[in-house]
Amino acid sequence: MKEEKKVAQPAGRWKFLLLMLAVYPVVGFLNPDLAGQALAGFKSMVMKVIPILGLVFIALFAVNLLLNPERIKKHLGRDSGIMGWFYAVIGGILISGPPYVLYPMLGEFKRLGVRNSLIAVYLYNRNVKIPFLPVMAYYFGLRYTVVVSVLIILFSLLNGLLVGRLTE
Amino acid sequence: MRKAFFQTIGVFKTALPILTGVLLLINLLDPILRSRYSRWFTGDYLGDSLIGAVAGSLSFGIPITSYIAGGELLAKGVSLLAVTAFIMSWSTVGLVMMPLEASFLGRKFALVRNAVNFGFAVLIAVCTDLLLKVLG
Repeated sequence: MKEEKKVAQPAGRWKFLLLMLAVYPVVGFLNPDLAGQALAGFKSMVMKVIPILGLVFIALFAVNLLLNPERIKKHLGRDSGIMGWFYAVIGGILISGPPYVLYPMLGEFKRLGVRNSLIAVYLYNRNVKIPFLPVMAYYFGLRYTVVVSVLIILFSLLNGLLVGRLTE
Repeated sequence: MRKAFFQTIGVFKTALPILTGVLLLINLLDPILRSRYSRWFTGDYLGDSLIGAVAGSLSFGIPITSYIAGGELLAKGVSLLAVTAFIMSWSTVGLVMMPLEASFLGRKFALVRNAVNFGFAVLIAVCTDLLLKVLG
């Protein structure tokens, strides 16, 4: 429960944003080219993120509406057993998205009772991105791609155990 | 339904300031880091794997970008071990994303997970290198 107290720090979030907003004029003064590149990149990223956030809002709303803590705890909670680990591995491989989009959703899952170890397993398996595997194979070869992907899945379980042991 | 709606609004209210801050930070660091990757490597087999893991931890972007950057590093003579550590930590360790991760999943969780992932990036790189040598 200590952990939950640390999660709620609204002032820290605003301070972080204000800090970043204060850094930009300083960078702009010292290195206008860099600040210009950074602002252009920020604008382009925001335009990409807005539609994704719309989808996340719908998904989060559906989670809050349809899933209750009991159901979540049953499948991904402390007593979910081996199936919980299985769901976390498969979910991580199949459900993709940038971390800044996934963290709010995972935060909700955590609030509903999902174990830290399963969240860690889910996040680790996001690295087996099926649509990107051909690109990896193109640069590093098929054998390398298969070896790395299998190792990620195996190590994700160890990762979940360690993170769970150290945080729960 | 009303309750679910306001719960979702609450999550967004929490997420937006830190998300905006993280996006500002990412876009500021990205142009600085991207042009410097190849200068960081020294040619030391094991040392380069740590440098690769650090470089990947500081970076952010979709994995394809790390594959392209990794491919370029390989072409410049950086070892496969270092490049694998770079690719692994690129997608598993997110120093820039830590404020966002910590705000939703807890500071301890974010710190422990990123530290464990950093170690695993090097470990997976070593295992990959060894396995590929064994497989021929």
